[in-house]
Amino acid sequence: MVNGAPQAALIVENVSVRLGGEVVLSDVTFEVQRSTLLGVVGPNGGGKSTLFNAVAGILPLQTGRVLIYGVPPDKSKGRIAYVPQREEVNWRFPLTAVDVVLLGRSRKVGWLRRAGKKDTAIVESSLKRVGMWDERSSLINELSGGQRQRVFVARALAQEADILLLDEAFSGVDVASQEGLVTVLRGLRDDGKTILMATHDLTNMAERFDEVLAINHHVCAFGSPETAFTPEVLEELYGAHGVVFGNGGGHHA
Amino acid sequence: MEAALTAILAPFSYSFMLRALIVSVMVGVMCPILGAYVVTRSLGFMGDALAHAVLPGMVIAFMLGVSPFFGAVPTGIAVAILVGYLSRKAGLSEDTTIGILFAGLFALGLALMTVARGLPVDIEDVLLGQVLAVSNADVAATLALAATVIVVLYAFHKELVFNSFDPTGAKVIGLPTRALDYLLLVLLALVIIIALQAVGIVLVIAMLITPSATAFLLVRRFTSAMALGAVIGAGSAVVGLYISFYLNLPSGPAMTLVATAVFVVVAALRRRVA
Repeated sequence: MVNGAPQAALIVENVSVRLGGEVVLSDVTFEVQRSTLLGVVGPNGGGKSTLFNAVAGILPLQTGRVLIYGVPPDKSKGRIAYVPQREEVNWRFPLTAVDVVLLGRSRKVGWLRRAGKKDTAIVESSLKRVGMWDERSSLINELSGGQRQRVFVARALAQEADILLLDEAFSGVDVASQEGLVTVLRGLRDDGKTILMATHDLTNMAERFDEVLAINHHVCAFGSPETAFTPEVLEELYGAHGVVFGNGGGHHA
Repeated sequence: MEAALTAILAPFSYSFMLRALIVSVMVGVMCPILGAYVVTRSLGFMGDALAHAVLPGMVIAFMLGVSPFFGAVPTGIAVAILVGYLSRKAGLSEDTTIGILFAGLFALGLALMTVARGLPVDIEDVLLGQVLAVSNADVAATLALAATVIVVLYAFHKELVFNSFDPTGAKVIGLPTRALDYLLLVLLALVIIIALQAVGIVLVIAMLITPSATAFLLVRRFTSAMALGAVIGAGSAVVGLYISFYLNLPSGPAMTLVATAVFVVVAALRRRVA
């Protein structure tokens, strides 16, 4: 925010995280402006989910800081919405699409209170926005992978979050639905949302994302998709096994 | 017709039967309401363990000559929190931790019960339930505990659902997920303590999961399953109570057999329809 420049939506500054004695993130620094669709790529186990947890403020940092519009994440709860990985959701829990999106209102509704007319209206507009209103009464576990992701994005909208974190949002989603999801996300970006999406799938990066962050425990590259993926960066991410494994705990993608 | 009516109403000329009816209905209603969480969150083993682990607390209350609730409630809450805490500590898997804890506490309870002479209860009643023996104080405690559980469940419904469905998302939005886990376990412990009177330690698990599992065969949504489970549970408990009265069976096996039969019939019919 120097000299009246627009405040960055997200600042990650010198962030290091250790989990179980292993360095998962080392000195990660980057900055994302409002209305950006950022792809976060890197091998499985390379620290993408950990980075998201750090941004969401649910993980202690060894060093560094995270700022959401200038405020640390533990003081910005509600401004960040999380679209979980498939493995993290209890799919046996029988909720309809409407039920799931209504969860996004939890914080706005507040403790000991019930959702009101305003909340139901927001749930409806959120589901319509992602094209899932017709499936509103379907159980979430009966929807396809792509439809589930859309419902979770609708939940983020109902939450009125400014920053959306989508962890491995393409896994289990067929290519056509992936494109549909990206179209929805682009529309939200144009409305001022800042979206971070982790993926280990490198196809169509340039068409999908405004910027990319390549991460394998440290930042390998950051910038526009056209310039970020130099042969050296790709090799560091996926190519030579020595590099991938040499950094502690990384798994081959 | 008149004979059937007499068979249904006659037992209530005994006041113990009226008390038993109230407690049975409460057990039948409360177990599946919590059971909806138990079934969808795979807490069956946890529930079984909590039931066994409160035994030493109950026995100590018997030894002191006070209501077993005064022993069972604090023990249940303490064990629920201890299990929640231990299962978060890495090192041992959750079911191993629970297994060690509940078997150890259950054994302690059995040993205490054998050592202490002249307790006002039979081991069989504690293990298999004897709802015909409940006192007025037991009825009052049951109603108070049930009311507490209902109020808390209703008050924190959306948070408990969020945390059960998507714990990471709940954490990100700022919900105290750890506290919510503990809260659910404590509520589970309280419901188990209510149920112990009717179905006993060994069969609490049946009332927790069977009516609820039956409900999930018939309805799709979580809250509908809670409500239907409560109806099935109450029906099973009351029919079980009659069987217990007329056939002189312990109430736990009687109620469990009815609940199990309902499940088998519904599962079979549903398969035929599907």
